[in-house]
Amino acid sequence: MNQTNTSETINMGHGSGGELTRKLIDQLIFKAFDNPYLNDKHDGSIVNVKGKIAISTDSFVISPIFFKGGNIGELAVNGTVNDVAMCGAIPKFLSLAFIIEEGFNYNELVDIIESIKNTAKRCGVLIITGDTKVVEKGKGDKIFINTTGFGEVHPNAAINSRNIKVGDKIIVNNNIAQHGIAIMSQREGLQFESDIVSDTTNLNLITQDLLDTFGTKIHFFRDPTRGGLGSVLHEIATDCSLGIDIFEKNLPIDKQVAAACEMLGLDPLYVANEGVFLTIADQHIANDVVSSINKFDNGKNATILGEITEMHPNKVVLHSSVGGKRIVSPLVGEQLPRIC
Amino acid sequence: MKYLSEYRNYEATKSYIDLIHKHTTKPWNIMEICGGQTHSLVKNGLLDLLPESIRMIHGPGCPVCVTPLNLIDKAVELLRQGVIVCSFGDMIRVPGSKKSLLEAKAEGGDLRILYSPLEAVTIAKANPTKEVVFFAVGFETTAPANALSVLHAKKEGITNYSILVSHVLVPPAMEAILADEFCNIDAFLAAGHVCAIMGFKDYYPLAANYKIPIIITGFEPLDLVQGIYMAVKQLEGGNYIVQNQYSRVVKESGNLSAKQVINTVFAVGNREWRGIGEIPNSGYVIRDGYFDFDAERKFGIHHIKVQENKLCIAGDVLKGIKKPKECSQFGKQCMPSNPLGAPMVSSEGACAAYYHFSSF
Repeated sequence: MNQTNTSETINMGHGSGGELTRKLIDQLIFKAFDNPYLNDKHDGSIVNVKGKIAISTDSFVISPIFFKGGNIGELAVNGTVNDVAMCGAIPKFLSLAFIIEEGFNYNELVDIIESIKNTAKRCGVLIITGDTKVVEKGKGDKIFINTTGFGEVHPNAAINSRNIKVGDKIIVNNNIAQHGIAIMSQREGLQFESDIVSDTTNLNLITQDLLDTFGTKIHFFRDPTRGGLGSVLHEIATDCSLGIDIFEKNLPIDKQVAAACEMLGLDPLYVANEGVFLTIADQHIANDVVSSINKFDNGKNATILGEITEMHPNKVVLHSSVGGKRIVSPLVGEQLPRIC
Repeated sequence: MKYLSEYRNYEATKSYIDLIHKHTTKPWNIMEICGGQTHSLVKNGLLDLLPESIRMIHGPGCPVCVTPLNLIDKAVELLRQGVIVCSFGDMIRVPGSKKSLLEAKAEGGDLRILYSPLEAVTIAKANPTKEVVFFAVGFETTAPANALSVLHAKKEGITNYSILVSHVLVPPAMEAILADEFCNIDAFLAAGHVCAIMGFKDYYPLAANYKIPIIITGFEPLDLVQGIYMAVKQLEGGNYIVQNQYSRVVKESGNLSAKQVINTVFAVGNREWRGIGEIPNSGYVIRDGYFDFDAERKFGIHHIKVQENKLCIAGDVLKGIKKPKECSQFGKQCMPSNPLGAPMVSSEGACAAYYHFSSF
């Protein structure tokens, strides 16, 4: 990997399709993601899949690219793997495309690729095709990554908002608002001291286990990333034309994250997550689902957050800890830190 | 979270709600001054727990909401001139007469969202060839930090830093509300954090002259229901004194060193309030000796004057004469994604709080 590492930065030549591009791909990318599909070195890859497939794509443009608890590479794998998993599928393959700004530090690219390699391994997915483009200085923001994921739909899966029923329980696997607050704590102008790290992680192993165990009694999965838990719950209520009740006292949140939200004037319901997902399941298996999720490292704080109701269709109602009620509406624009 | 979780306790909150129900015999209009209190009332669903005869009126204490349109346009103009404008987060979506700061940023303006004005001084130091302006809005609560940023810049000899001031003061606004012929307020919950800085001696003459109970109140659910209970007790008993519910934070004389910092940089002067108009001696202006740090003087933008949107009744909402839902535009032409006036922008604004959290 060190042979190309002479200039220390990425230049326009690395995206030209010529000698520098070939070197970059051969010595860095192919080496890291070594697998038979990629090694064919064709324009694309030909793969075998069983039954229905789920496909999801996502672009990652985060700043800063290295943050507490992860980096853009790890995020790019986990994010797409999780979206495929939320369809009730078992992620198998990923495409990987970089748009790199001229002058980007070569060693940082090496670190990102190493991270992608390790994350893909943990998820059990292979990177089978990709692309690298370089744009002039000022035309990008260091590095953008796009990944597309392909997964085989689990034979027992029936994940669809139409399958959500009155009485179903809503289960959340982990503490909310970690990722957004971790990123914000490192942004210029908002910096504050904290040990809060991003929750970026892959969720496909948990969802696969739940489908193996409970099959069609799992009615819905969803990972609330940007827009947070509140926006996603609102979308679910609208999609299934039913109401949702959630209970503030059950909301899993780390004390430091809650304190940071208070300080910045942010509602944790609208802060981004990267390792949180909701399971909507038949009420009779809800406790067993919680126990199953608890077995995983990223499911230790799993809890029943709320339930589906026929009251107030299309609306999410939060029951506050002090006995009041309020509507949880979707987030408009970006959540902004308040003045006081 | 000690000193916080106790004030979010279900049983304690419920016991005060029960007391309020027990002691309320007549309809009362109580205004909570501060946007943070409005936010907490609505976020915790407390309004629905109060007796129907207690009407909470959301006061003018949202800095985003009362910052006049002129000031937004001035900040937009600074961005157009290539100045680095630094602002608290929730100012950036407030519509100016033509555009918001966020829209000016999309057109290439260098807008930075900060949490502390001292960061803006750091940015000025790091960009000696650029002018840096902090958009210094807010009540008495943000004034000490904004003043401190000027003192820091002066001490370090930083000449490319200035502030665009729109500081307003709570007691003159309360007096303006009380003096309005349509005023229907029976009691005030005064803004706890403003009093933490300024103390509450200014409220004694207000309470006495207008015969109105004033309760210095905090922001947690228990604080609010306790403050409302204290107001109800006074109203039902025919009393009108100043009481301090928030005594764990607020002292009668306030924070003396913060006040000293404020008085070094700022002097009291006339200020325009969005939707209300000019109130005499209701805000801070930069004091003689610190004019070099006054962005309005530095960039010659005094002349910018614009009209409010005529459909917006923000003034009546801020004075408590109308509820957000009584506005013909509420939820129709005016919503958080397309705010006609400032109270729909900030999450502390009365209109946005109603739009987001209530009504089902």
